[in-house]
Amino acid sequence: MTNHYQSTYTPNTPAIKEEMLKEIGVKSYKELFVDIPEKFRFPELNLPSPTSELDLKNEMSKLANKNSIPGEYSSFLGAGAYRHFIPSVVKQLTSRSEFMTSYTPYQPEVSQGTLQAHFEFQSMVCELTGMEAANAGMYDGATSAAEAVLMACRINKKFKVNIVDGVSPFYIDVIKTLTQATGIEIITQDLNTALNASEESTACYVIQQPNFSGEIEDINKLNELSKKNDALLIVISEPMFLSMYKTPNNYGADIVVGEGQPFGVSLTYGGPYAGLFACKKKYLRQLPGRIVGETVDSENVKGYVLTLQTREQHIKRDRATSNICTSVGLIALMSTVYMALQGKVGLKYLSELCYHKAHYAASKISALDGYEILNNNFFKEFTLKCGTDVKKINSYLHENKVIGGYNTSDESKNTMLLSFTEMNSKEEIDRLVTLLSKVN
Amino acid sequence: MYPNNLKYSEEHEWLLESNGIATIGITDFAVDSLGDIVFVELPQKGTQINQFSTFGEVESVKAASEIYTPISGEIIEINENLETEPELLNNSPYENGWLIKVKMSDPTEIEKLMDSKAYEQFVNSED
Amino acid sequence: MNNTNKRKLLMDRSIPGKVGATFPALDIPEQKLPDKSQLREDLAMPEVSENEIVRYFSSISQMNFSIDHNFYPLGSCTMKYNPKLNDDIASFPGFNDIHPLQDTSTTQGALELMHDLQNLLAEITGMAGTSLSPMAGAEAELAGMLMIRSYHLNNEDFKRKKVIIPDSAHGTNPASAVMAGFEVISIPTDENGNTDIDALKSVVDDTTAGLMLTQPSTIGLFDTNIIEVVKIINENGGLIYGDGANLNAILGKVKPGEIGFDVVHSNLHKTFTQPHGGGGPGAGAVMVSQRLVDFLPDPIVTKEEKSSIFNLSQPIKSIGKMGTFHGNFGALVRAYAYIRTLGKDGINAISEDAVINANYIRVKLQDTLDLPYDRICSHEVVFSAKSIKEKYGVNALDMAKRLIDYDIHPPTMYFPLIVDEAFLVEPTETESKETLDEFIDVMKTIVKEAESNPELLHNAPHNTPNKRLNEAMAARNPKLSWRDTKAN
Repeated sequence: MTNHYQSTYTPNTPAIKEEMLKEIGVKSYKELFVDIPEKFRFPELNLPSPTSELDLKNEMSKLANKNSIPGEYSSFLGAGAYRHFIPSVVKQLTSRSEFMTSYTPYQPEVSQGTLQAHFEFQSMVCELTGMEAANAGMYDGATSAAEAVLMACRINKKFKVNIVDGVSPFYIDVIKTLTQATGIEIITQDLNTALNASEESTACYVIQQPNFSGEIEDINKLNELSKKNDALLIVISEPMFLSMYKTPNNYGADIVVGEGQPFGVSLTYGGPYAGLFACKKKYLRQLPGRIVGETVDSENVKGYVLTLQTREQHIKRDRATSNICTSVGLIALMSTVYMALQGKVGLKYLSELCYHKAHYAASKISALDGYEILNNNFFKEFTLKCGTDVKKINSYLHENKVIGGYNTSDESKNTMLLSFTEMNSKEEIDRLVTLLSKVN
Repeated sequence: MYPNNLKYSEEHEWLLESNGIATIGITDFAVDSLGDIVFVELPQKGTQINQFSTFGEVESVKAASEIYTPISGEIIEINENLETEPELLNNSPYENGWLIKVKMSDPTEIEKLMDSKAYEQFVNSED
Repeated sequence: MNNTNKRKLLMDRSIPGKVGATFPALDIPEQKLPDKSQLREDLAMPEVSENEIVRYFSSISQMNFSIDHNFYPLGSCTMKYNPKLNDDIASFPGFNDIHPLQDTSTTQGALELMHDLQNLLAEITGMAGTSLSPMAGAEAELAGMLMIRSYHLNNEDFKRKKVIIPDSAHGTNPASAVMAGFEVISIPTDENGNTDIDALKSVVDDTTAGLMLTQPSTIGLFDTNIIEVVKIINENGGLIYGDGANLNAILGKVKPGEIGFDVVHSNLHKTFTQPHGGGGPGAGAVMVSQRLVDFLPDPIVTKEEKSSIFNLSQPIKSIGKMGTFHGNFGALVRAYAYIRTLGKDGINAISEDAVINANYIRVKLQDTLDLPYDRICSHEVVFSAKSIKEKYGVNALDMAKRLIDYDIHPPTMYFPLIVDEAFLVEPTETESKETLDEFIDVMKTIVKEAESNPELLHNAPHNTPNKRLNEAMAARNPKLSWRDTKAN
């Protein structure tokens, strides 16, 4: 056994490197680092020893199994990330090395696969949201919302942003973080207060549909108000919901953003996901992120390119619409393949199925003593008011191999958000109902 | 090399003066370095602009450049053809590709601009 | 699938009645649907069968170059081999299927991995604390600049509104600085490729919040003035941001924290092999010195001393959340697996091999192309095609497009802006000498072609599904969706 470590990833052996060093004109690789000040050169790296594939897999497997896994547990947890069924084809196609190990399509002639797939994604996002233009994805729903706010302020040249209560608290946090140095003022108000306060200095209104509590809002009045105040209307939505309900362009949305994860993307503990971003065509030049456009080549053959790149950082630098560079290529592809497979009929069927599951669960749970559904109009997720501490309930559920809903007791005492998808069978739902009846 | 009847600024804009109205555009040197023009952003009629400050932007496929006015005054006309035909800047930068017309507030400002010979020297020295 | 057929979009293949997925059973009683007025009437999505979808995407994928098929000497992108082991591990259900909002008592394995990775990255960069929540390099840059801003505001130092950035910087640097509320002061790089010290001294004062520096720089050079640069900024009360895009060159060779950097970010999709995915996803870990630890983005993973329980915590002066949840965990798993596979020996070897490979290319092509900085380079080398343009009328773009005909992805060209007709070449450590020799031969051939047959280069590429594409048309008359292509 030799002392020398040779990784499976680096093909040049010490003998080959000797040859190369000769050609370069140095005796040792150390001479190639002389520009680093001597006192900082070659520090001690306190890292573990290399691990073989076999050993690492064993170790990581143990680590992974320390987690409670949805699938082994029934899960009713949503609140912005949802467990939906992912057909096998999604993983197979997106694992293709041509998609997975390719680079950002800056050289279009060698990236037509990526570009055409992105074009499909943009087309589908337009259909889903009812908007005229969409980009190729952003990091996640929250950063899409933050970018939408920044975009609205650029367009209107106003700096007041009105976020309507019911927008996810995570999204509000991210919007505040990403705009903290831009001079933008963020206020949050409940819908009624917003409707009664007329504010010409508002750049945009931001509302979530369905909102964080699962309630489906009536956005018509807010639309009227935004038009009256010459403000943009930004709607945060969810793709499964958009597959079933009237799209936000019907009530005047200027920009629609949301989380693409429910469509073909595994939960992966929170990321990577893909933020959806769509808007009216008149705002095109202010749209952040990557955009793919159709064109022809010198022989008039159709092809695709990144377009309107002058908005982006690699050209405009400090005057860019956003600093985004690497985006979400492969994740957007997962959603694209998912939407292609489900198609027109599948998406309608699945969204209605989620609706049925959630409403069935609601009818059974609300029949129990000590439980009350707080929503009037919901889709696949609702807020449940419980008779006792939610932590206690979720603990009990976990002991019985169930992951319960998101605890919203900080906002409203003893409440949780429960979500239902096609992954929750009748047995699972009935069992949840039984367990809930036993806790109280 | 550059039209004799025009005046030029260091930011590669040209100016044609006639009866107190200045027609403004960008030179073919600027257009060539930008490449195929895809979009021109111009302010609205009535906007007041000050000499050497920015008033808009020209975008090509690979670059975006701000445009600086060579003269102060009120914008009385903008070239609306550029909205649908930005390539006019590539094809005819000194005629059909004009950008704006300005009612000059102080015609003596023209003295700060270069004539075609001086501009040619300026361009050659820049490289 | 032939080339014409490949370009047919899904909606143009769609025929009512085709199905691409099966429908799970409606196993509960049907509920009353909402009133029709709430529901959408139409959803124009494709109706295509499963196998047609597989053939379609498989076929178009073959129009891509990719690391598994092609050499990608893309400077600053570190297009190294993506180990398959990392994908396998990331797909373990215990990592792949867990929900971000599960009670942390039920995700201790995930949190342990993140905590360990935080420590490994801090050790590699010589820093005191890490947050794994930024979802890309640019987001990490923004986080870093927001932390610098918060630091000064927290010290009631309100006049520090300027950030100094060398003209060789990647575009995300000034873009991020502006998003963090700063004014950007650009300083030149001198003819040796180092930060111009005189220029730096002339702009730095008590309104300087800090400096953003990439080390080694985007021209592949380690700044020999670095100690003085750090001293000047620190003496004036500024902080130093280190763009870690080029970490591949210095792993185990220098720790930015020891030199005096206050923030360093790492692009996990560059140095730590998260697959590039056709443009993402990435992940941008951000590491900080002790004085910035309290400002880290939310969340970081902490470990209780007595119980050894892991938690998600918000640093006491945190700049806030950069994303909905905790960062791109899928990328974090891969980075962690990679670092553990290589260990101390392997991580050290990366920079050796990367730097040897780049210098090998440097000496082999220095007589073929212009070499603006004739000195030892780091993991990447910048050439210029300026002389070739002058002699033969062929520019860097033409040469790049011709490289494609030889199945090699062009090097980086859109920066650094300070080099005319630039080729920024980064071979990475995962390329063999054979591949490098092939690249060198091809570049020499292309230069010969420039002399004897320039038209061949002007019209390149010739062997791809599309010849040179009309980008002006795409920007003048944007068609961004299937519906746009139907309208006229």
